[in-house]
Amino acid sequence: MTVVQNVGIDDYKYGFHDSEENYAYKAKKGLNKEIVQEISVKMKNEPQWMTDFRMKSLEIFRSKPMPDWGSTEMLSDLDFENIHYYVRSAEKQGRNWEDVPEEIKKTFDRLGIPEAERKFLAGVTAQYESDVVYHSIREDLTKLGVIFTDMDTALREYPDLVKKYFGTIIPPTDNKFAALNSAVWSGGSFVWIPPGVKVEIPLQAYFRINTENMGQFERTLIIAEPGSSVHYIEGCTAPTYSSDSLHSAVVELIAMEGAKIRYTTIQNWSNNVYNLVTKRAYAYKNATVEWIDGNLGSKLTMKYPAVHLLGEGARGEILSIAMSSTNQHQDAGAKIIHAAPNTSSLITSKSISKNNGRGTYRGLIKILPGAINSKSHVVCDALILDESARSDTYPTMQVEEQEGVTVEHEATVSKVGEEQMFYLMSRGLTEVAAKTMIVNGFVEPFTKELPMEYAVELNRLIQMEMEGSVG
Amino acid sequence: MSEDFLVIEDLHVSVESKEILKGVNLRIGKGEVHALMGPNGSGKSTLSNAIMGHPKYRITQGSIYFKGENIVDMTPDEKARKGIFLAFQYPLSIPGVRIFSFLKNMMSAVHGKEISVAEFRKVLKEKMSLLGIKQSFIKRYLNDGFSGGEKKRNEILQMALFEPKLALLDETDSGLDVTALKVVCESINKIINPEMSTIIITHYKRMLEYVRPQFVHIIMDGRIVKSGGEELVEIIDSQGYDWLKQEALATSAL
Repeated sequence: MTVVQNVGIDDYKYGFHDSEENYAYKAKKGLNKEIVQEISVKMKNEPQWMTDFRMKSLEIFRSKPMPDWGSTEMLSDLDFENIHYYVRSAEKQGRNWEDVPEEIKKTFDRLGIPEAERKFLAGVTAQYESDVVYHSIREDLTKLGVIFTDMDTALREYPDLVKKYFGTIIPPTDNKFAALNSAVWSGGSFVWIPPGVKVEIPLQAYFRINTENMGQFERTLIIAEPGSSVHYIEGCTAPTYSSDSLHSAVVELIAMEGAKIRYTTIQNWSNNVYNLVTKRAYAYKNATVEWIDGNLGSKLTMKYPAVHLLGEGARGEILSIAMSSTNQHQDAGAKIIHAAPNTSSLITSKSISKNNGRGTYRGLIKILPGAINSKSHVVCDALILDESARSDTYPTMQVEEQEGVTVEHEATVSKVGEEQMFYLMSRGLTEVAAKTMIVNGFVEPFTKELPMEYAVELNRLIQMEMEGSVG
Repeated sequence: MSEDFLVIEDLHVSVESKEILKGVNLRIGKGEVHALMGPNGSGKSTLSNAIMGHPKYRITQGSIYFKGENIVDMTPDEKARKGIFLAFQYPLSIPGVRIFSFLKNMMSAVHGKEISVAEFRKVLKEKMSLLGIKQSFIKRYLNDGFSGGEKKRNEILQMALFEPKLALLDETDSGLDVTALKVVCESINKIINPEMSTIIITHYKRMLEYVRPQFVHIIMDGRIVKSGGEELVEIIDSQGYDWLKQEALATSAL
């Protein structure tokens, strides 16, 4: 039976949770060598190199300090011993929708997943707790040689490809949460696009946390071979619980010469989820990588998608929105490293904060010596909806090459104006409807990059956030 | 005498604690077109903003009745749903909001029912061809980067879809060249009908040559100092406002 809980609190539509009585396995709370061993050997039967990788990552995690930026206060509340690091909801993965356990199926039905797949997706994976429970890909893509599977399956079926790239973009030593993910990772997607193959319609992954005090640590790796292109979309939700859950993913992208990857995220975590994610891409000669990153919900998000422009003519674009409301902190941003000549980057960050919510843009543009004729443009726009909300911008520029280099930064902070409100209200719109319209307009440069269905959904989520602010 | 649509009694309005309107009385009947004229700073725009309920324009005394109901304490959106429409002198731009979606939201809000996209498209197309507005217009962001003329035409398109009971046209002629003014005024004439009342707020005669008022009021220093017929427009045009000042002084000296 699906238990609907806390409906109405913050109007978070995905706040329901399912019964866990049929779960196959749930690790005890806490983190130690035995748990990591159990996940790797007993639950997943992994090759020795992966078990070693996990064990080493656990040590690195222990030795790394917590980040000293973002919200150190919220981070210090995070209790690593009060988390289930691995939860298996079903014995096996479904290839057919009918094979997915009834309760989980109901959840994804409610979230509209199979419907979306029928309508406009080339492939879907649905991850529930630690494992992918449903997976499918269109046959024509398989025939072209496209690999789209979950990371655990990939490790079994494509061990060489995985071993070659896994952890090479984001090593466990990168930061504390990358190390944690490396130790206890489970699920996530593996995508490999053969040379020259262009996947015209999006692949989607859907992530759902159900258990209280759950840690979800998916691991995604996308490799686009020369001249190929792919658009990958992920969406995330979780139930509303009184105590916290942790989502700490690692996403690695590799765009080979002339390849293009667009990675779109719409996350709408409930406001008790710590969302601490490391995302990084390598873009080689004339390759393009675009991060389209929408952050709603969560308690604390710390996420700075990065693109390393490693080959001449490579291009990186990061377009993000973050909406922070009551007791939420969105510390989001972007990083671009220009490491080759004639590279270009564009960062557009839009934050909306209300009701004591806090939005932070934290960004880095680095132009390395030799990256001549590189161009970077950063635009940060913040919209503040009331006096108690807060917005900060921390842009860092490190320019170590001068020849032909331009780096521009623009920042605006605006409040919803009385005159705009009067204008819209004089057209019959209520105060909430008028404000929602202004906010939707503010994020339009973001929503117009989304497939239509997602744009509609995002506008609806914003509307729910706005309505939650009244009364 | 026609049915009263708008009745204003002894209206006092302050902006940032400075009193701008000092006791305005006005009566507009159903189907009538009134012109409100006056020099800069006389309180013309204050009156329209106060009627619509701009939060900055504080009503300190007096009443505004619309179809018999005192609307002084209503919010702008409530007034809009009653059928009161203000064409802005300086329409605001709302970046990222497409005109199509804005107009559709406005229609649903003022007419109190959801309207389907197909149905809305049909009505919109009708009104746009009536007013001679190009289809590409509705894909643009609301007033964002618009010329003065485009903004004013957009206001009139909104008016056409709104189907007001009371339209307040606040200096719709300002910033328009002769050609643009003619187009806008022709559009207004197509919308005006015997079921609605109209107040044209203007400084000059030129708009009133196209949209002809039955009644003309002159406002000076926060009070209506003279009311009459269309002949007042000619007098203002040839003699300006100064003679009224003299007259007002003479009256108050009595």
